[in-house]
Amino acid sequence: MNSSIGVVVLASAVAYGTPLLYAALGELLAERSGVLNLGVEGMMLVGAVMGFWAVQRVGGPGAVGLLVAILIAALAGALVALVHAFLVITLRASQIVSGLALTIFAGAAGLSSYLGNDLDLADVPARHTFKPVDVLGLEDVPVLGPIVFAQTWLVYASWACVALVLLYLTRTRPGLNVRSVGESPQAADAMGINVIGYRYAHTLAGGAFAGVGGACFTLQITPQWTDGLTQGAGWIAIALVIFAFWRPELCLVGAYLFGAFEILPVNLQARGILTEIPSELFTSLPYVMTVVVLVLVSSGIAKRRLGAPAALGLPYMREER
Amino acid sequence: MRVRIERRLAQPRWLPVGVPAGSVAFAFAAIAIVLVATGHDPLHTYGTLFRSAFTDDGALSATFVSATPLAFTGLAAAAAFRMNLFNIGGEGQLYFGVVGATGAALALGGGSPGSLSIAAMCLAGAAAGAAWAALPGVLRAFLRTNEIITSLMLNYVAAKVIDYLVFGSHSYWRDTTSPSADVFPQGQAIPDAALWPFATIEGAAGGIALPLGFGIACLAASALWGLYRRTRFGFEVQVIADSPRAARYAGMRTRRTILAVMCLSGAIAGLGGAAQAGNFDHLLDPRSLEQQSYGYSGIVVAALARYNPFAVVPIAFLLGGLKNAGFALQGADFPNGLVGVMQGLFLFSVLGGELLVRYRVRLERRGRGRVEAAQAEPA
Repeated sequence: MNSSIGVVVLASAVAYGTPLLYAALGELLAERSGVLNLGVEGMMLVGAVMGFWAVQRVGGPGAVGLLVAILIAALAGALVALVHAFLVITLRASQIVSGLALTIFAGAAGLSSYLGNDLDLADVPARHTFKPVDVLGLEDVPVLGPIVFAQTWLVYASWACVALVLLYLTRTRPGLNVRSVGESPQAADAMGINVIGYRYAHTLAGGAFAGVGGACFTLQITPQWTDGLTQGAGWIAIALVIFAFWRPELCLVGAYLFGAFEILPVNLQARGILTEIPSELFTSLPYVMTVVVLVLVSSGIAKRRLGAPAALGLPYMREER
Repeated sequence: MRVRIERRLAQPRWLPVGVPAGSVAFAFAAIAIVLVATGHDPLHTYGTLFRSAFTDDGALSATFVSATPLAFTGLAAAAAFRMNLFNIGGEGQLYFGVVGATGAALALGGGSPGSLSIAAMCLAGAAAGAAWAALPGVLRAFLRTNEIITSLMLNYVAAKVIDYLVFGSHSYWRDTTSPSADVFPQGQAIPDAALWPFATIEGAAGGIALPLGFGIACLAASALWGLYRRTRFGFEVQVIADSPRAARYAGMRTRRTILAVMCLSGAIAGLGGAAQAGNFDHLLDPRSLEQQSYGYSGIVVAALARYNPFAVVPIAFLLGGLKNAGFALQGADFPNGLVGVMQGLFLFSVLGGELLVRYRVRLERRGRGRVEAAQAEPA
């Protein structure tokens, strides 16, 4: 039963959805503070390449190497996000153009490729990778076992992150402050909240999450470095935030849905099902479904822009109220 | 002392020239830091870059090869971005332009006169690009779906479509007759009569081949400028960009204009695809198109040109030189990925420079500035 196609697809949907989940959580944090960052793809790629570099170069036991790699990936993502933060928060540049610039700067033909080439990382397998860990000994439970209990630490940590982000945003003082900064920076400023500080902090946190999301590819899924290996995952993550109405718990659902779109074709073809359908049709599924989902979300309930922070994408200028 | 940033009431005359020049200088300095940090000699890199882009034998001809599609995708992005309509789909629209144009040339065959084939390729390319852009256009205009993400996702889909046409099927666009075609799938070459001509300028650096596509790009730039500056449609675009609500109160048909601008943008990108097919590729070549990513670089071109059609053409030429040098020099002289880094840094510094155009930064003592600012405030 645990090897039936449904279970296999769902189990790998969780694995493939994890990078999307990390990146979407990060983007959600940034957007909740009012900063739209379209550079997710670039930040993920830099996180992926730097995480991979760390795991290749750091000695010692595998667990240490992987932990350092994740930290380096997060740091790299945050540093890339710092460029965007400086441009849009301090210099008040257009968030859309700056985000696109970030993707071009760091993306598949930019900094990530430059670093991968300069640090000589292409075409070698990762020295250590995240492997499935059966923490509770429940791997053999029917259906749920392989899907929930036989995942890697990256996956378990992503669940913790969802819970933490959810609690942070809804149950803590700083979380309330972030939301007010995203909804009405003027009011937040009048209350004595440091708007600029909050926006910087959450844009950087968003970059760190995106970096970890990228590292999921090089440390677990692929696991090696090739130029542009995220293949649009960063953009899907941005769509995911809209799909999730800016709520972390819904990001979880969306990420696994898109993980399933990515992995379903591979599984079907491996089992010789539907082989007469061209593979291009299958591999374009995640992209087509992103469009479909966005259309559904934008035409239905969300017509009232449910959940979108009111000040999203707008620069804040204290002098020009 | 504190730093104050305030809106400019009047622009000094040096600003429109000084800021872009300063931005470019800043970008080159920043790239030099990246190069030094990774153990390269920036002066050597810049030198080889400049030579292989502009001064070596045949360099200018090669630069025009990259500049032509960039001019089209730059115009396409400028046309849409000007209305705050962020069409990131120039990449996919260009692919469809190639599909449409090669399809038209193959359908007409070798018997038709060259000028007819070229006209048909332009029309078919523009129509195919416009049709592909109409998808996100309709979604944006009528369902308010975010056009940034939909147009971008459709780029990936368009790449799959052209892959399918050449690698995944025995379509009209695939070469099925030549002996090697079954081993290495490739596109069907268009007939010789449909090849676009070059104008040759004798003399400097072994002669310069000026492609017809580049001439059409210049015409398209003028036409776009005229459309946006001299017609009622262009005026409406401007009003919708500045204030969608005012446009609605004035009775402008906002949704129709959004769709029209999206299609216009797609048509220009598609025309670029036709030029790419007619002047350079002569067939549908998915691998090369996907590798060049002219659509994304077009956004850089448009942003650097500040969405001014006339500025797009020379900037496409400069970035075309950079791209061409990047391809020619790949390796130790010019590391992989440097082209993207440079494009990104150009964009960042221009975006940052924008601040100086709109605001001025002043250092002042505490307390005094507030009174002056209050006096300067218009009543």
